[in-house]
Amino acid sequence: MERYRFFAHTADAKFQAFGETLEEAFSNAALATVSLMWDWERIEHKVTHPVEVEGRDLKQLLSGFLEEIIYLLDTKSFLLGFPENIKIEEKENRYTLKALFKGDHYSDRYEIFGDVKAITYNEMEIENSGRFMVQVVVDV
Amino acid sequence: MDLKKINDYTWEIPKSGDMKVPTVIYTSSKLLEGVKRDRTLQQAKNVACLPGIQKMAYVMPDAHQGYGFPIGGVAAFDLENGIISPGGVGYDINCGVRLLKTEYTEKDIHGKRKQLLTEIFKEVPAGVGKGGIIRLNRNALLEVCVKGAEWAVENGYGMREDLMRTEEYGRMREANPRHLSHRALERGIPQLGTLGAGNHFLEIQKVSEIYDGDVAKVFGIHSRDQILVMIHCGSRGLGHQVASDFIRLMENKIGSRGLPDRELINAPVRSPLGQQYYESMSAAVNYAFANRQMIAHWVRNVFKKIMGSSEGMNQVYDVCHNVAKIEKHEFNGRIQDVCVHRKGATRSFGPGREEIPELYRAVGQPIFIPGSMGTASYILVGTREAEQLSFGSTAHGAGRVMSRHEALRRFRGERIKEDLEKRGIELQSTSWKGVAEEASQAYKDVDEVVKVSHKVGIGKLVAKVVPVGVMKG
Repeated sequence: MERYRFFAHTADAKFQAFGETLEEAFSNAALATVSLMWDWERIEHKVTHPVEVEGRDLKQLLSGFLEEIIYLLDTKSFLLGFPENIKIEEKENRYTLKALFKGDHYSDRYEIFGDVKAITYNEMEIENSGRFMVQVVVDV
Repeated sequence: MDLKKINDYTWEIPKSGDMKVPTVIYTSSKLLEGVKRDRTLQQAKNVACLPGIQKMAYVMPDAHQGYGFPIGGVAAFDLENGIISPGGVGYDINCGVRLLKTEYTEKDIHGKRKQLLTEIFKEVPAGVGKGGIIRLNRNALLEVCVKGAEWAVENGYGMREDLMRTEEYGRMREANPRHLSHRALERGIPQLGTLGAGNHFLEIQKVSEIYDGDVAKVFGIHSRDQILVMIHCGSRGLGHQVASDFIRLMENKIGSRGLPDRELINAPVRSPLGQQYYESMSAAVNYAFANRQMIAHWVRNVFKKIMGSSEGMNQVYDVCHNVAKIEKHEFNGRIQDVCVHRKGATRSFGPGREEIPELYRAVGQPIFIPGSMGTASYILVGTREAEQLSFGSTAHGAGRVMSRHEALRRFRGERIKEDLEKRGIELQSTSWKGVAEEASQAYKDVDEVVKVSHKVGIGKLVAKVVPVGVMKG
């Protein structure tokens, strides 16, 4: 199944990511975000970072989840290769997400070709029509 | 959409529905075609619906679709009933441009262009995921956020005189880092003194045309082929984090119900949350001023090393492109304090404004409008008309017309470098793909953008500059 697809957006980058489950769609959204900066398939899985985020709704959860990628890049020079074991739970109208980020620290072996400044809510969609689709516009 | 042509360079969307004021678009028939293709006009209409907006919502000639506010959007809000919005400033708080002049001509540096660029590339960290040369401790970072470019000068980066030639004199007094999140500080520590990536760049330029010799002379620009250095960058991850944090805080506290776009989230200017955002945004503004101050210092060092001297490398000015500020403006027959949001717009203050340093007060403030990679950039001067027509604002750049993804599909970085070299422009970058994304074909025609600014009168042409060396982040 197609993981993600990009669409024309003048200033920023807009994509849809797909999944059989919400977790899979979130995971593919992370890979789509990363694909704007480096080739995630070429990142070795040497370092792991546990990730935990919260949100008052699914959109806030998604934006917080994707922000983790930028945060770990900026502060730990961590390049995400793949997000594993994603679990999303809802308890009393609060959503939590746990995942394990696998990847590597930046080195000259990797080319970084783009910058994602922030995740925006602009045109953000989360849909479930048999399979899940999340749409995100990121500020690049 | 009801779009009324007022004259050759002004269109209006009259008030309708929830709009509290009309929307005015400064553009040309040619630029308007591009603007109509994306959501710019709808976004500008949304801005016109926000509480406490004054006079009009303005759209600058380089406008394109943003998130919440359009890029190239200007709006002023009443301090009592109005709002402040992180989406009205943007994620890259105080993304801006600093211009240094030199007393060298193109002939002087011709054989050393490559060497200058290579050396600058070594001195000024650029690209994604790589930190800077210096690593601050937390207290030093807090001081940067309070004192801005002043901190940099006190720590040996540049001259006191540079401060005078910086918007806000390099330091927003309202800044307070006490509400910056741990994450914002964590991201700020390794990135101070770095150019970043994306559309950020550093260019060695030469003056190619002077339109207003008298004003140019006041700015220190006196002849064709004079060499200048332009630095374009912002507040890096610290600023982005401030924007994301406050969008979230405002959502959690106020909620986004009823807003046509979640990115229009806002708080009353005078509310505690509104003030906390203003203080934090100002701290990020200061971080960006310090950042450009340090980069300017390194550039001077390189000229000293390669050319033998950095004598006469005065700063022309340093302007913000993404900011909200409390300013005095005269409208409806009286002078009022308003919170002016400029998102992808440059302040354009005319002669006499006290915010402008004395040395420029008789002519108006310098304005820099960078073009796309490898194309011309322009120096303009602020006007009194702008204060009447756009709360003292004009364009900030060329403005994209093509997505990065599309640019990446169509262009190759290696090819762009070859083409630039044929035209006598050296290029260095951290990434070929990054170069392709910034291809000049992906941008509007900057010549047309500044023509509109000049014709409308919101920023008058002073000089045109073209690149001879480009360092792309």
